[in-house]
Amino acid sequence: MQPNRTVMSLLLCGLALLLGTPQPLRAQEEISIDITQGADNPLPIAVVPFRSAGALPEDVAAVISADLRRSGRFDTMTTDRMPSQPASLQEIDFPAWKSLGMENVVVGTVTPSANGYNVEFTLVDVFKGQKLYAFRGATSVANLRYTAHQIADIIYEQLTGEKGAFATRIAYVTVRGSGAGRKVYTLQVSDSDGYNPHTLLESPAEIFSPAWSPDGRQIAYASLEARTSAVYVQDIATGQRRAVAKGQGINSAPDFSPDGTKLALRRSVDGNPEIYVLYLDSGLFQRLTNDPAIDTEPTWSPDGQRIAFTSDRAGGPQIYEVSLFNPTAKRITFNLGPYNARPRYSADGKYLAMVNGGSGGYRIGVLNLRDGGFRIVSDSSQAESPSFAPNGTMLLYSTTGSGGTELAAVSVDGRVRQRIDLPGGAQVREPAWGPFRR
Amino acid sequence: MYKRVLQVLVLVVAGSLVYGCSKNTKEDASSTEQGLSPEELAAQTQGTAESQGLEGGAVNEGMGTDLTGTVGSDRIIYFDYDSSEVREEFRPIVAAAVSHLGANPAAVVSLEGHTDERGSREYNLALGERRAQAVQRQMVLLGASATQIRTMSYGEERPRDPGHDEAAYGQNRRVEVAY
Repeated sequence: MQPNRTVMSLLLCGLALLLGTPQPLRAQEEISIDITQGADNPLPIAVVPFRSAGALPEDVAAVISADLRRSGRFDTMTTDRMPSQPASLQEIDFPAWKSLGMENVVVGTVTPSANGYNVEFTLVDVFKGQKLYAFRGATSVANLRYTAHQIADIIYEQLTGEKGAFATRIAYVTVRGSGAGRKVYTLQVSDSDGYNPHTLLESPAEIFSPAWSPDGRQIAYASLEARTSAVYVQDIATGQRRAVAKGQGINSAPDFSPDGTKLALRRSVDGNPEIYVLYLDSGLFQRLTNDPAIDTEPTWSPDGQRIAFTSDRAGGPQIYEVSLFNPTAKRITFNLGPYNARPRYSADGKYLAMVNGGSGGYRIGVLNLRDGGFRIVSDSSQAESPSFAPNGTMLLYSTTGSGGTELAAVSVDGRVRQRIDLPGGAQVREPAWGPFRR
Repeated sequence: MYKRVLQVLVLVVAGSLVYGCSKNTKEDASSTEQGLSPEELAAQTQGTAESQGLEGGAVNEGMGTDLTGTVGSDRIIYFDYDSSEVREEFRPIVAAAVSHLGANPAAVVSLEGHTDERGSREYNLALGERRAQAVQRQMVLLGASATQIRTMSYGEERPRDPGHDEAAYGQNRRVEVAY
């Protein structure tokens, strides 16, 4: 790494990033994230409170620290254990941190500017006594929290070698109330840690299967509001939407192609559920399956050439795959029990996550497509809707806890697990992790 | 006659941009709802930008209050796990619905398929659909006109019994024959 050059390019890139994505700030109820299981050798890191002349709307260091901690890869130091609170490399008392066994320290400042804040931070390797990374950027008041997530991404990438996915968003469906006609369904988009939730849709009718467009600007979903299920595509910023598949039978389970020009979805226009590709520009449908069984839950391979889906053509539900150019379905799940459904590829195409059912209940399973290895990664007996983080390291899914359905996350190797309790007492389901923000 | 109550939602576009979102709010101005009748717009959409308005829409009284849970137990057909086979013991329910349609040529029978909560939501939506279609096929075999039958599925969304045990699951794997 060449620090100077990297800092310069990051400064420019950081400015664009920081200014690019407006996000209103609002008072939040507490979101609790419980790490139920952590990695074996988490990396010690201390994110020292960023120095600021006045009170800030967000505790930047706390947000960064929480991000790193919930990745399960870091052992974050609480402020009361810190020997001092330096704000720059020069202020760090290296022997004091070394004696505590602290390997990495993050220091920084937040300075008010005409348009918001200037944020500066340095990541320091205590044992080498040198800076690993320095960054300076401008942000708005509204974006300060998002900036903290971006800083967490930078630190994560510097120390693990993998791209961070903290400055991303997630979508999910909530349900309040009980009994037919008294339920309220909402479609929500929030930051990856559950903060800044926004309601995209509120409806007395069921909402299913939210899916992100690859540019992060649109969400596709299915809704029963027109008495039968129709698929909509909604712009996140404006709220404008259009019905892209409706009418005869059930239209559902949309998934955007990696290039954003197509949707895979399931329709039952001829009575039986089949997999289709919808070309969004022309509105034309291409039918990919033709089988009297249930074919549903299509999802694109990262190369955009194949679609995996759930089918019970062999009796119970299993995962199959078709190519856009060859409609012969190939079965993917063998000897993995009687129930495998709702597949999702990791971005690198190496893994396929699914709902795996058997005598032990319904759990999230991850199939390594390269070596055939299979691992159950969730501990719940009612886990559903796995969704990969865009960096492929974590999976979000819904699970049934004491209070109903809630969100949980797990690392792809199953080692790091966490439960995410969103405020408000709603049932939370069908999480979809959004793409990297551009 | 007010069988249907339409409630127009008047939507106000919020005022000034607080966070400089003009780039976002200008987009997709052309992608408005097209071809949807007012009855279909009970849901309210929103964007994340500060200065955007909701779309207008209407709420109709049937929305979200379908006949689920209102039919008597003599009009419910239950199913085995992951099965859409109509068991022999429920044939009288099918036959009664067929007789009803025969005696009332203008009548419509609605078949609503449901599943228990286990497994994947979309697969269950399809399973409920297939159960409703299986009952429809039985009815047609017994002489009913397919044009008098509507099928729909709610998957696992509308359980009869909110419990999480086998007894509840058995109550929830069903088709409700509404007429």
